[in-house]
Amino acid sequence: MPLDPSFVGRTYPPTAPYQVGREKIREFATAIGATDAAYHDPAAARALGHADVVAPPTFPVVVTMESSRSQIVDDPALGVDYSRVVHGDQRFRYTRPIVAGDELVCVSTIEEITSRGGHDFLTIRSEVSTVAEEPVVSVWSKLVVRGEGG
Amino acid sequence: MDLPVKTYRVTRADLVRYAGASGDFNPIHWSQRFATGVGLPGVIAHGMFTMALTGRAVTEWAGRPDAVAEFSVRFARPVPVPDDDEGVEVQVAAVVKGVTDEGLTQLNLTVTSLGEKVLSQAKALVRLPG
Repeated sequence: MPLDPSFVGRTYPPTAPYQVGREKIREFATAIGATDAAYHDPAAARALGHADVVAPPTFPVVVTMESSRSQIVDDPALGVDYSRVVHGDQRFRYTRPIVAGDELVCVSTIEEITSRGGHDFLTIRSEVSTVAEEPVVSVWSKLVVRGEGG
Repeated sequence: MDLPVKTYRVTRADLVRYAGASGDFNPIHWSQRFATGVGLPGVIAHGMFTMALTGRAVTEWAGRPDAVAEFSVRFARPVPVPDDDEGVEVQVAAVVKGVTDEGLTQLNLTVTSLGEKVLSQAKALVRLPG
Protein backbone atom coordinates (compact mmCIF):
# COMPACT_ATOMS: atom_id res chain seq x y z
CA MET A 1 0.00 0.00 0.00
CA PRO A 2 1.45 3.43 -0.89
CA LEU A 3 2.61 5.68 1.95
CA ASP A 4 -0.01 8.15 3.12
CA PRO A 5 0.83 11.53 1.53
CA SER A 6 -0.99 13.35 4.34
CA PHE A 7 2.22 12.82 6.38
CA VAL A 8 3.96 15.44 4.22
CA GLY A 9 4.75 18.49 6.32
CA ARG A 10 4.65 16.59 9.59
CA THR A 11 7.41 17.74 11.96
CA TYR A 12 8.56 15.48 14.78
CA PRO A 13 9.60 16.62 18.26
CA PRO A 14 13.23 17.62 18.86
CA THR A 15 15.50 14.70 19.75
CA ALA A 16 17.35 14.37 23.03
CA PRO A 17 20.73 16.12 22.73
CA TYR A 18 23.53 14.13 21.06
CA GLN A 19 26.90 14.82 22.70
CA VAL A 20 29.59 14.85 20.00
CA GLY A 21 32.69 13.23 21.42
CA ARG A 22 36.26 13.83 20.26
CA GLU A 23 36.95 10.09 20.14
CA LYS A 24 33.78 9.47 18.09
CA ILE A 25 34.96 11.97 15.48
CA ARG A 26 38.41 10.35 15.45
CA GLU A 27 36.85 6.90 15.12
CA PHE A 28 34.62 8.02 12.24
CA ALA A 29 37.50 9.78 10.46
CA THR A 30 39.71 6.70 10.87
CA ALA A 31 36.94 4.45 9.52
CA ILE A 32 36.77 6.46 6.29
CA GLY A 33 40.55 6.82 6.06
CA ALA A 34 40.48 10.59 6.60
CA THR A 35 43.86 11.59 7.95
CA ASP A 36 43.69 15.41 7.96
CA ALA A 37 45.06 16.59 11.29
CA ALA A 38 41.97 18.72 12.03
CA TYR A 39 39.90 15.52 12.39
CA HIS A 40 42.26 14.13 15.00
CA ASP A 41 44.27 16.85 16.70
CA PRO A 42 42.50 19.64 18.63
CA ALA A 43 45.47 21.98 18.12
CA ALA A 44 45.25 21.56 14.33
CA ALA A 45 41.50 22.23 14.47
CA ARG A 46 42.04 25.34 16.61
CA ALA A 47 44.53 26.62 14.04
CA LEU A 48 41.63 26.58 11.55
CA GLY A 49 39.42 28.49 13.99
CA HIS A 50 37.45 25.61 15.52
CA ALA A 51 36.98 24.87 19.21
CA ASP A 52 37.91 21.19 18.89
CA VAL A 53 38.39 18.44 16.29
CA VAL A 54 36.23 18.82 13.17
CA ALA A 55 33.90 16.09 11.89
CA PRO A 56 34.11 14.92 8.25
CA PRO A 57 31.32 16.14 5.93
CA THR A 58 29.15 13.00 6.15
CA PHE A 59 29.39 12.67 9.96
CA PRO A 60 25.97 14.33 10.51
CA VAL A 61 24.24 11.08 9.49
CA VAL A 62 25.55 9.53 12.71
CA VAL A 63 23.29 12.03 14.47
CA THR A 64 20.31 12.05 12.08
CA MET A 65 20.03 8.38 11.11
CA GLU A 66 18.91 7.24 14.54
CA SER A 67 16.20 9.91 14.88
CA SER A 68 14.91 9.36 11.32
CA ARG A 69 14.67 5.67 12.05
CA SER A 70 13.06 5.80 15.47
CA GLN A 71 10.74 8.74 14.87
CA ILE A 72 9.67 8.28 11.25
CA VAL A 73 10.68 5.00 9.63
CA ASP A 74 9.48 3.00 12.64
CA ASP A 75 6.30 5.10 13.09
CA PRO A 76 3.58 2.42 12.84
CA ALA A 77 1.08 5.02 11.60
CA LEU A 78 3.28 5.71 8.55
CA GLY A 79 3.90 2.00 8.05
CA VAL A 80 7.28 1.86 6.30
CA ASP A 81 8.58 -1.71 5.83
CA TYR A 82 12.22 -1.13 6.83
CA SER A 83 13.35 -4.39 5.20
CA ARG A 84 12.37 -2.85 1.84
CA VAL A 85 14.11 0.49 2.38
CA VAL A 86 17.11 1.54 0.30
CA HIS A 87 18.89 4.88 0.39
CA GLY A 88 18.01 7.02 -2.63
CA ASP A 89 19.57 10.45 -2.23
CA GLN A 90 21.55 12.27 0.42
CA ARG A 91 22.24 15.97 0.77
CA PHE A 92 23.91 18.19 3.37
CA ARG A 93 23.88 21.98 3.63
CA TYR A 94 26.32 23.16 6.27
CA THR A 95 26.22 26.33 8.32
CA ARG A 96 29.45 25.11 9.92
CA PRO A 97 31.14 21.75 10.48
CA ILE A 98 30.22 19.70 13.52
CA VAL A 99 32.98 19.87 16.13
CA ALA A 100 33.68 17.83 19.26
CA GLY A 101 31.82 19.22 22.24
CA ASP A 102 28.69 20.11 20.26
CA GLU A 103 25.42 19.10 21.82
CA LEU A 104 23.12 18.59 18.87
CA VAL A 105 19.37 18.39 18.56
CA CYS A 106 17.56 17.19 15.38
CA VAL A 107 14.16 18.32 14.26
CA SER A 108 12.91 16.15 11.41
CA THR A 109 10.18 16.92 8.92
CA ILE A 110 8.68 14.75 6.22
CA GLU A 111 9.27 16.95 3.21
CA GLU A 112 7.97 14.76 0.40
CA ILE A 113 6.20 11.48 -0.23
CA THR A 114 5.77 10.27 -3.80
CA SER A 115 4.91 6.94 -5.37
CA ARG A 116 6.14 5.82 -8.75
CA GLY A 117 6.39 2.48 -10.45
CA GLY A 118 5.18 0.66 -7.35
CA HIS A 119 7.88 2.24 -5.16
CA ASP A 120 7.46 4.92 -2.51
CA PHE A 121 9.90 7.80 -2.07
CA LEU A 122 10.15 9.46 1.32
CA THR A 123 12.23 12.61 1.82
CA ILE A 124 13.13 13.53 5.40
CA ARG A 125 14.75 16.87 6.25
CA SER A 126 16.55 17.03 9.57
CA GLU A 127 17.56 20.41 10.92
CA VAL A 128 20.54 19.91 13.21
CA SER A 129 21.27 22.67 15.69
CA THR A 130 22.99 23.07 19.04
CA VAL A 131 21.05 23.04 22.29
CA ALA A 132 21.59 26.83 22.22
CA GLU A 133 19.63 26.84 18.91
CA GLU A 134 22.63 27.68 16.74
CA PRO A 135 22.00 26.08 13.32
CA VAL A 136 24.74 23.65 12.25
CA VAL A 137 23.63 21.58 9.25
CA SER A 138 20.51 20.69 7.27
CA VAL A 139 20.33 17.06 6.19
CA TRP A 140 18.03 15.60 3.53
CA SER A 141 17.65 11.83 3.12
CA LYS A 142 15.49 10.37 0.41
CA LEU A 143 14.53 6.79 1.17
CA VAL A 144 13.10 4.40 -1.40
CA VAL A 145 10.62 1.84 -0.14
CA ARG A 146 10.69 -0.86 -2.80
CA GLY A 147 7.33 -2.22 -3.87
CA GLU A 148 6.39 -5.88 -3.40
CA GLY A 149 7.27 -6.61 -7.02
CA GLY A 150 10.64 -4.82 -6.94
CA MET B 1 39.10 21.96 -15.13
CA ASP B 2 39.54 18.31 -14.15
CA LEU B 3 40.94 17.53 -10.71
CA PRO B 4 43.30 14.57 -10.17
CA VAL B 5 41.31 11.34 -9.80
CA LYS B 6 41.31 9.77 -6.33
CA THR B 7 41.18 5.99 -5.94
CA TYR B 8 40.09 4.26 -2.74
CA ARG B 9 40.23 0.54 -2.03
CA VAL B 10 37.30 -0.89 -0.06
CA THR B 11 37.47 -4.25 1.73
CA ARG B 12 35.03 -6.12 3.98
CA ALA B 13 37.11 -5.01 6.97
CA ASP B 14 36.50 -1.37 5.97
CA LEU B 15 32.74 -2.00 5.98
CA VAL B 16 32.85 -3.56 9.44
CA ARG B 17 34.85 -0.62 10.75
CA TYR B 18 32.44 1.85 9.13
CA ALA B 19 29.43 0.00 10.54
CA GLY B 20 30.84 0.41 14.04
CA ALA B 21 31.85 4.04 13.59
CA SER B 22 28.58 5.12 11.97
CA GLY B 23 26.14 2.92 13.86
CA ASP B 24 24.71 1.50 10.61
CA PHE B 25 24.60 -2.24 11.30
CA ASN B 26 22.33 -3.23 8.42
CA PRO B 27 23.45 -6.85 7.73
CA ILE B 28 23.53 -6.29 3.95
CA HIS B 29 26.87 -4.59 4.70
CA TRP B 30 28.49 -7.52 6.53
CA SER B 31 26.53 -10.77 6.06
CA GLN B 32 26.83 -12.61 2.75
CA ARG B 33 23.95 -14.89 3.76
CA PHE B 34 21.64 -11.96 4.51
CA ALA B 35 22.68 -9.93 1.45
CA THR B 36 22.12 -12.75 -1.03
CA GLY B 37 18.87 -13.63 0.77
CA VAL B 38 17.44 -10.21 -0.13
CA GLY B 39 18.53 -10.54 -3.75
CA LEU B 40 21.83 -8.64 -3.69
CA PRO B 41 24.89 -10.06 -5.48
CA GLY B 42 26.66 -10.15 -2.10
CA VAL B 43 27.75 -7.80 0.68
CA ILE B 44 27.58 -4.21 -0.53
CA ALA B 45 29.23 -1.07 0.79
CA HIS B 46 27.13 1.38 2.78
CA GLY B 47 26.02 4.12 0.40
CA MET B 48 27.10 6.56 3.09
CA PHE B 49 30.57 4.97 3.11
CA THR B 50 30.92 5.62 -0.61
CA MET B 51 29.67 9.17 -0.01
CA ALA B 52 32.18 9.55 2.85
CA LEU B 53 35.05 8.53 0.53
CA THR B 54 33.75 11.07 -1.98
CA GLY B 55 33.71 13.68 0.79
CA ARG B 56 37.34 12.81 1.52
CA ALA B 57 38.20 13.52 -2.09
CA VAL B 58 36.32 16.83 -1.95
CA THR B 59 38.06 18.03 1.22
CA GLU B 60 41.45 16.90 -0.09
CA TRP B 61 40.93 18.86 -3.32
CA ALA B 62 39.68 21.87 -1.36
CA GLY B 63 42.68 21.65 0.96
CA ARG B 64 40.62 22.08 4.14
CA PRO B 65 38.37 19.69 6.07
CA ASP B 66 35.86 22.47 6.79
CA ALA B 67 35.55 23.86 3.25
CA VAL B 68 32.35 22.12 2.19
CA ALA B 69 29.17 24.23 2.13
CA GLU B 70 26.90 21.78 0.37
CA PHE B 71 27.25 18.14 -0.68
CA SER B 72 24.69 15.92 -2.39
CA VAL B 73 24.56 12.55 -4.15
CA ARG B 74 22.15 10.00 -5.55
CA PHE B 75 22.92 6.35 -4.88
CA ALA B 76 22.72 4.96 -8.39
CA ARG B 77 24.11 1.44 -8.03
CA PRO B 78 25.36 -0.71 -5.13
CA VAL B 79 29.08 -1.36 -4.67
CA PRO B 80 29.57 -5.11 -4.07
CA VAL B 81 32.64 -5.82 -1.94
CA PRO B 82 34.20 -9.28 -2.39
CA ASP B 83 35.38 -11.35 0.57
CA ASP B 84 39.09 -11.17 -0.23
CA ASP B 85 42.10 -9.03 0.65
CA GLU B 86 41.90 -6.91 -2.49
CA GLY B 87 38.32 -5.69 -2.09
CA VAL B 88 37.12 -3.32 -4.77
CA GLU B 89 38.21 0.11 -5.96
CA VAL B 90 36.09 3.25 -5.91
CA GLN B 91 37.26 6.13 -8.07
CA VAL B 92 36.27 9.75 -7.59
CA ALA B 93 36.74 12.27 -10.37
CA ALA B 94 35.67 15.89 -10.42
CA VAL B 95 35.27 18.79 -12.77
CA VAL B 96 35.24 22.38 -11.55
CA LYS B 97 31.93 23.60 -12.87
CA GLY B 98 32.24 27.25 -11.90
CA VAL B 99 31.72 29.72 -9.08
CA THR B 100 28.28 30.56 -7.67
CA ASP B 101 27.02 34.08 -6.89
CA GLU B 102 27.93 33.40 -3.24
CA GLY B 103 31.54 32.73 -4.23
CA LEU B 104 31.37 28.97 -3.77
CA THR B 105 33.14 26.68 -6.21
CA GLN B 106 30.95 23.93 -7.63
CA LEU B 107 32.52 20.51 -8.17
CA ASN B 108 30.64 18.00 -10.31
CA LEU B 109 31.68 14.56 -9.11
CA THR B 110 31.83 11.24 -10.93
CA VAL B 111 32.09 8.21 -8.68
CA THR B 112 32.63 4.80 -10.25
CA SER B 113 33.47 1.25 -9.28
CA LEU B 114 34.52 -1.39 -11.84
CA GLY B 115 33.80 1.18 -14.54
CA GLU B 116 30.18 1.75 -13.54
CA LYS B 117 28.77 4.91 -12.05
CA VAL B 118 27.77 4.21 -8.43
CA LEU B 119 26.76 7.74 -7.46
CA SER B 120 24.96 10.09 -9.79
CA GLN B 121 24.06 13.78 -9.58
CA ALA B 122 26.96 14.06 -7.14
CA LYS B 123 28.14 17.58 -6.47
CA ALA B 124 29.71 19.74 -3.83
CA LEU B 125 29.96 23.46 -3.20
CA VAL B 126 33.24 24.36 -1.53
CA ARG B 127 34.72 27.54 -0.10
CA LEU B 128 38.16 28.01 -1.60
CA PRO B 129 40.61 30.51 -0.12
CA GLY B 130 41.30 33.73 -1.95
